[in-house]
Amino acid sequence: MSVVDLLPLTVAIPLVGAALLALSGHWIRRMGCDILTALFATAQAAVLLVLWLHTAHGSPGHSPASWVGGWTPHRGESVGIVLVGDPVGVGAALLAALLVLAVVAYSWRYFDEPPARMPGTFPALVLLFEAGMCGFAVTGDLFDAFVFFELMGTAAYALTGYRVEDPRPVQGALTFGLVNSLGAYCSLLGIGLLYARTGELGMAQIGHALGAHRTDLLTVAAFVLVLTGLLVKAAVVPFHFWLADAHAVAPTPVCMLLSGVMVELGVYGAARVYWTVFSGAGGIPAPAVRGVLVCLGVVTALLGAVMCWQQRHLKRLLAFSTIGHVGLFLVAAALLDPEGAAGFALYVAGHAGAKAALFALTGVLLDQYGSVDVHGLFGRAKALRRSVGLLFVAGGLALAGLPPFGTGLGKSFAEHAAGSWLPVLTALFVVVSGVTGGAVLRAALRMFAGAGRRPGESGGPQTSGEGEEPEVRDPGRRVPRTMIAVPAVLLAACLALGLAPGVGGVFGRAGALFVSRADYQAAAGLPGPGATAPPPPLPDWTTAGVALGLLSTALAVGLAAVAVWGPARRGATARAARRALAACSRTLVLPLRGLHSGRLGDDVAWLGAGVAALLGAFSLLR
Amino acid sequence: MSVLPFLVAGWILLVGMYGMVTSRDLVHAVGCLAVAQSSTYVLLLSVGFRHGGTAPVYSDIPTNARVVDPVVQALALTDVVVGATVTALLLALALQLQKRHGTVDPDALDGLRG
Repeated sequence: MSVVDLLPLTVAIPLVGAALLALSGHWIRRMGCDILTALFATAQAAVLLVLWLHTAHGSPGHSPASWVGGWTPHRGESVGIVLVGDPVGVGAALLAALLVLAVVAYSWRYFDEPPARMPGTFPALVLLFEAGMCGFAVTGDLFDAFVFFELMGTAAYALTGYRVEDPRPVQGALTFGLVNSLGAYCSLLGIGLLYARTGELGMAQIGHALGAHRTDLLTVAAFVLVLTGLLVKAAVVPFHFWLADAHAVAPTPVCMLLSGVMVELGVYGAARVYWTVFSGAGGIPAPAVRGVLVCLGVVTALLGAVMCWQQRHLKRLLAFSTIGHVGLFLVAAALLDPEGAAGFALYVAGHAGAKAALFALTGVLLDQYGSVDVHGLFGRAKALRRSVGLLFVAGGLALAGLPPFGTGLGKSFAEHAAGSWLPVLTALFVVVSGVTGGAVLRAALRMFAGAGRRPGESGGPQTSGEGEEPEVRDPGRRVPRTMIAVPAVLLAACLALGLAPGVGGVFGRAGALFVSRADYQAAAGLPGPGATAPPPPLPDWTTAGVALGLLSTALAVGLAAVAVWGPARRGATARAARRALAACSRTLVLPLRGLHSGRLGDDVAWLGAGVAALLGAFSLLR
Repeated sequence: MSVLPFLVAGWILLVGMYGMVTSRDLVHAVGCLAVAQSSTYVLLLSVGFRHGGTAPVYSDIPTNARVVDPVVQALALTDVVVGATVTALLLALALQLQKRHGTVDPDALDGLRG
């Protein structure tokens, strides 16, 4: 058995595990379910780790690929499905597997009262979710990608609405499901159009066949439609409305997966589809893609940062910070160069550790106090200051990009790539990571230290986070050790990612392979030049990277301090500043918050408008 | 091939989306999602259509007979399965919402905003 044969296993292991758990959950009780889940999750992570070590450290020739079921191409044609294990794809799957492992450990003692009849449901759904994510990350077939996309979607809707007793999770899951499935069907329409043009379904094969025809309206429509589903999953403005609603209500372990890896897979998919399908002759010209997607990324990042600052519901705050970071990821990936791709991959990996840790710590607060409302928890969490509080602050600093966290290194790569294309983008990276990190630090200061004035009630549309159902019904119990250990390990992993020597070399090579159309086509069995020249390795930390990381951290700390202690300051300047801020908030921010109405009709209308705008933009720029 | 099937598919998608935007009932909205999805069936099947072609089952026709494209039929079948899963799950959630909240009107659900 060679390493290539491990590729199909990455889908098979979690699927088999999910089926086993769903079938045997009746008989083997809680403990058995936990052990079985842990076994399958560990096996999956181990397989992906072996694959990743193989692909990331240089397989000569090209990335490994496996034709499922032995349906290899016959005289250049195949009806089979190919799985391609390039470093970024396998890395994304590995990230999903590691987060699932963390979630399994975290929820070991989390749902102390699982549904009595079916203790296997939750872990089975988590493994199904994992199968969808890993399959989506490694598949080289566009229709197969749609199926995995829907598989991870369906598992995610069910997990979001897992606590069916409470109406809000059900509402969030319904919006999530309706909007995401509509986006997925748009993608399928695009896939149908591509099949009509080329008669192929493999990504590399479609890309190859598109070259026989000039770029016309059908190509543009297909590109926009395929992109729609992926951008909905990635929660890019104006397709982002479902995200905060779903994240605010999903059980905490599910939030860790949604925010940590699923949303980022949307950006990954968009970049993958562009490079393999549309980057060659007969595709979409690179300047058009770069211009439009970087614009979308900038708007998404700014909106995420502004809305994140406004939230008092802790999970919603973290959800909007995810939107802000996804905007940055989209900017990095849409630069369409190897360094941007490397920065995107590393930033996503670091962000997953920090964000999942923050959600996990929020889960501890929900467990202890039955609330995720920052205002309601004002000063109440002092008892947890030394454990949860410290980790929470560390998570906020990691989010802001403090060196040497992995987020900081990823940010410095992406920042450098973005800054050399358009210098103002550097400022965007600093501001957005500073504001989102600052919002987390502000919440930490208020909850764990009771610092500053008790925040007053503000008007306008908002979700408070009071009256949440605690996810664990055992008041007054001690915080289970795993619930502290898991976020600590996640943050340590984020730190290790930034400190490990040679990270720049590994990710630089991964990014170069990700944007190499020739390598992908060779892997998928098409004739072509094959191997590309090895890229110059990226330096691990540069002076500019460290300085910008420190700058965004200082911005985060400063913003948090001003927000907490500012309202108590006396003096004419402070009063004038407060008045100006209030006016700004009334005219700019309140209408923005009003747009997030949480109504299904509005979300779908925005989706339609977004598709129309993208169609217009790309047909003008083609 | 004429452009008509593409226009029909686009029209069905828009009708489904219009229904979702104006829906006052989540069961109706899930139905509209199914309508939007049926645009993909129309598109896929018409992409594989060939004039004078018959069903691609070779048990009772000669192997050189003119048949429609079997690949898109397999895709449409997979699509039906995916759609049935999603619709069933969403309808179950809507039912649960009616039980717990007493309403399935999206405008009456305002627990999440801002």
